[in-house]
Amino acid sequence: MAECHPVGFQWVMEAKRRGATIIHIDPRFTRTSAVSDIHVPIRAGSDIAFLGALVNYIISNDCWFREYVVNYTNASALISEDFQDTEDLDGLFSGWDPEKGQYDPKSWQYRGVEVSPAAGHREMFSGEPRSERGASITAEEHDPTLTDPKCVFQIVKRHYARYTPEVVQQACGIAPDLFLKVARALCDNSGLERTSAFCYAVGWTQHTVGVQFIRTAAIVQLLLGNIGRPGGGIMALRGHSSIQGSTDIPTLYNMLPGYLPMPKASYDTDLEKYIEYNRSASGWWSEFPKYIVSLLKAWYGNNASAVNDYCYNYLPHISGDHSHMVTVAAMADGFVKGYFVLGENPAVGSMNASLQRKGLRKLEWLVVRDFAPTETAEFWRSAPEVVAGDVKPEEIATEVFFFPCAAHTEKDGSFTNTQRLLQWHHKAIEPPGDCRSELHFVYHLGKRLKELYRDSPDSKDHPIRDLAWNYREIGEIQEPDAEEVLAEINGHSLPDEKPLSAYTELNEDGSTACGCWIYCGCRKDGVNQTARRTPKDEQDWVALEWGWAWPANRRMLYNRASADPEGKPWSQRKKYVWWDPEQKKWTGYDNPDCIATRPPEYRPPEGAQGIDTLSGIDPFIMQAEGKGWLYDPSGLLDGPLPTHYEPQESVLKNPLYGQQCNPARLEWVRRDNPYHKAWGDPRYPFIATTYRVTEHHTAGGMSRWLPWLNELQPEMFVEVSPELAGLRGLENGGWATVSTIRGEIEARVLVTERLQPLVVQGQVMHQVGIPYHWSYVGRSTGDAANELTAFVADPNVSIEESKAFSVQIVAGRRASRRRAGAVGPLAAPEPGQEDGGEPSRDLPEVRTKKPATHGERSGRQQQTEEA
Amino acid sequence: MAADSSKIPAWPAWRQLANGDPVGLGASAFSPRSRALKARINEADRAVGSVCPYCGVGCGQQVYVKDGKILDIEGDYDSPISRGCLCPKGAATMQLVTGTHRVKTVLYRRPYGTRWEEIPLERALDLVARRVQKTRDDTWEDQHEKGHPLRRTLGIASLGGATLDNEENYLIKKLFSSLGVVQVENQARI
Repeated sequence: MAECHPVGFQWVMEAKRRGATIIHIDPRFTRTSAVSDIHVPIRAGSDIAFLGALVNYIISNDCWFREYVVNYTNASALISEDFQDTEDLDGLFSGWDPEKGQYDPKSWQYRGVEVSPAAGHREMFSGEPRSERGASITAEEHDPTLTDPKCVFQIVKRHYARYTPEVVQQACGIAPDLFLKVARALCDNSGLERTSAFCYAVGWTQHTVGVQFIRTAAIVQLLLGNIGRPGGGIMALRGHSSIQGSTDIPTLYNMLPGYLPMPKASYDTDLEKYIEYNRSASGWWSEFPKYIVSLLKAWYGNNASAVNDYCYNYLPHISGDHSHMVTVAAMADGFVKGYFVLGENPAVGSMNASLQRKGLRKLEWLVVRDFAPTETAEFWRSAPEVVAGDVKPEEIATEVFFFPCAAHTEKDGSFTNTQRLLQWHHKAIEPPGDCRSELHFVYHLGKRLKELYRDSPDSKDHPIRDLAWNYREIGEIQEPDAEEVLAEINGHSLPDEKPLSAYTELNEDGSTACGCWIYCGCRKDGVNQTARRTPKDEQDWVALEWGWAWPANRRMLYNRASADPEGKPWSQRKKYVWWDPEQKKWTGYDNPDCIATRPPEYRPPEGAQGIDTLSGIDPFIMQAEGKGWLYDPSGLLDGPLPTHYEPQESVLKNPLYGQQCNPARLEWVRRDNPYHKAWGDPRYPFIATTYRVTEHHTAGGMSRWLPWLNELQPEMFVEVSPELAGLRGLENGGWATVSTIRGEIEARVLVTERLQPLVVQGQVMHQVGIPYHWSYVGRSTGDAANELTAFVADPNVSIEESKAFSVQIVAGRRASRRRAGAVGPLAAPEPGQEDGGEPSRDLPEVRTKKPATHGERSGRQQQTEEA
Repeated sequence: MAADSSKIPAWPAWRQLANGDPVGLGASAFSPRSRALKARINEADRAVGSVCPYCGVGCGQQVYVKDGKILDIEGDYDSPISRGCLCPKGAATMQLVTGTHRVKTVLYRRPYGTRWEEIPLERALDLVARRVQKTRDDTWEDQHEKGHPLRRTLGIASLGGATLDNEENYLIKKLFSSLGVVQVENQARI
């Protein structure tokens, strides 16, 4: 965190000054470790073993926060008698379907009912489509004593019983004493008077089991009562200025603004069905229809009415996974013709760089927008395979447009930071030359397309013709008015067009328009709330008058949990929001995250509907039942509880289960994306992890062109321990070649004790640290780490595994420029070493999994396959 | 020869003694030149409230402007998030937005071409709009063979958004969804 979020890290140092214990868990010793109380070097990819052992420690030493757990989590819920754990099935949960190669979560459900998550995966459920948010929760059975062997608490306890300090040593290479020191510090600093927080970044997410890493932290924090309370939480430290905003207002395939799902082909065939499948009978998602209807009114204006389902049928439908790697695989197979790349540099930042470039070579046209042509824009003339002569520019048909972008200082607009805070940046000067904002580009592209389709009678073109696309144009360059767009996002009433002040004002009858319901209120009273800058010294520490946080300017989510079931603060020290019996409402330092006038003693009457089902002790209002989930009864796609699996390419056999890897992981079985052996591959004996340095930014588009930053970090390098350097004859400052079967890179060697070999299962494990900023253009160049990585992903969110994979490292510069994507794999797999050979990643019943939607035929045919 | 008495007050030792600053760490350490130095931002016409464009922390920035040019970009002391701090990247924002690396014209590489060509912005927008129309029309899927609606194209994809404004992401999603483009992705998954 000190490396990648240095200014945010000042608050960790503030906490330390006030007595907090700072623990840093990372394969590398970094600037964060340098100022932490405890640094724990961990084997990359083994975090669930570590976190699971924390769960075990908390439960077996009775360190959990009973009153919080009983009232605010689903610990007491009884689970189906059919449920079987990974402890019973050698690493699989009950419900594995060998035919489909996925889980059927039926046996994971609450006893007698079926509840789906607020953001569920309906495609998991076999048989007829069902109303995933329409489930009743009234039939739940509970054991408030938490002793029933089929209650969630006991299931969690048994699931992690084998996750002991000794297993931590075997899986993570961490000595039991060090583990116990961490566990004790965490428990000593949790409870009524104290709270602990977890901070993480992509070191936790970029794994084939990444979502479950975070889930394990959620279990730990719920057991300790560290969610919704000041000083608690699980903080995702995000790496771009508005990566949170581009998730909320998603430039993502599976969502519409405000976490509404994209219509799914064959299910959400009309508005009625879309609402039926996605609204919940209880909890806040019961308000779902208001949000989609208001969004459609914002997009299609007067053309959207009750008669035509508010133009719902203008929306495109998804079928399965259309995420980035799926799209690039389809591109490489020739199915994608045109590609917009807007302020991103996938030829450097995305997995298997040569496969990314192969995709670009197959396009008919490519648009790149950035400050200067990036590797993605220049792939046709300076990529490694072009320089090596394997591919000639004269043979690449792709037409490339490079548009120079405007900087944030040259345009108005808002960023949403990692804590959900929207902050407005004002235009300071005009953009130079033909540099323009994306707002300008997209708006004027849209205007041209509306013109091109103006007279088209074809029904496919109605969405363009009817699109509400009138924004005030400012100045000579005809820049659309960003605040008008913000006003549309905020929403207004109809027909009088008064700005709305809260999402509770939205309606489902077409009388409100709102571009993103969770952002409703960001322009309350017609005032740009995101531009508020009341100085920190003129307000309290919660700083409600700096910018605007979604939802409802609430700075901490689930903050109802900062008070006890009666509505009183758990302790004076950790006071945040509370029930005021005199005013009969919730009050405190922040906007309460519950219905402000609902008393703590409220219990829903029989037959209650919608948000009336939320009781006075339900802090997790987005959940159908208002409770935090220790156990996920409808499941993530890879199970109701996090379980330790090894990375796709590991150096170790899974110490806990016969099932080596996440059985539901996504693989791309194709010739240009070969994998190593599951473990113990003699060709690739070391663990690699990629990372960032303070002085550069992601794929380098905003840093490798700046001499000030290049002077600080001039060159690509790899970090190794003195022991590994000795083993391989590597010299500090000398050259090394790092390779996988997909590619090889050269870099200067940094020999440092900041990386330490770990002893795991009696073997010495070496880890190699590889920063991923560099590649072949810019003012500081070097080989790209992602030449090494593979397409393989977490099944829930399709995020890649770049934080743990196996590599070879040898002294000297690379001999060859051959790249897998250009001329095939570097080395053909030896017999028995192909994927599916021994040692196997999967138990026999998982091995029957077909190379399905993400396999070698990944492309149009597969993508259009029904979910 | 006696020292020129008019220069005596300029002697550091004299000033140190005369000003009661015997170790020379106070005001007497200033030379006339350093006394006359001013912060670059003193010349600014205005300071514009902004936000750092790099990571997700959201540090406050002040952009100092004079005559339509940026003089400097500094941390915003008022920000409860950053309290005036910027990291090495944030502190380099000035170079990011004013550096010589910035390309200011649209570049075009024709199919099988070996070099970039400059083309006018308006023409480039026209060409891209026509490419979108053609690809969309050629690859349109109206409905599935089983009869349910698809109303989309898988022939076009878009990537990026995490470095852009909310308003820009909104227009991208709004336009591309209405065109039937579903393969819209950004750095959040990467």
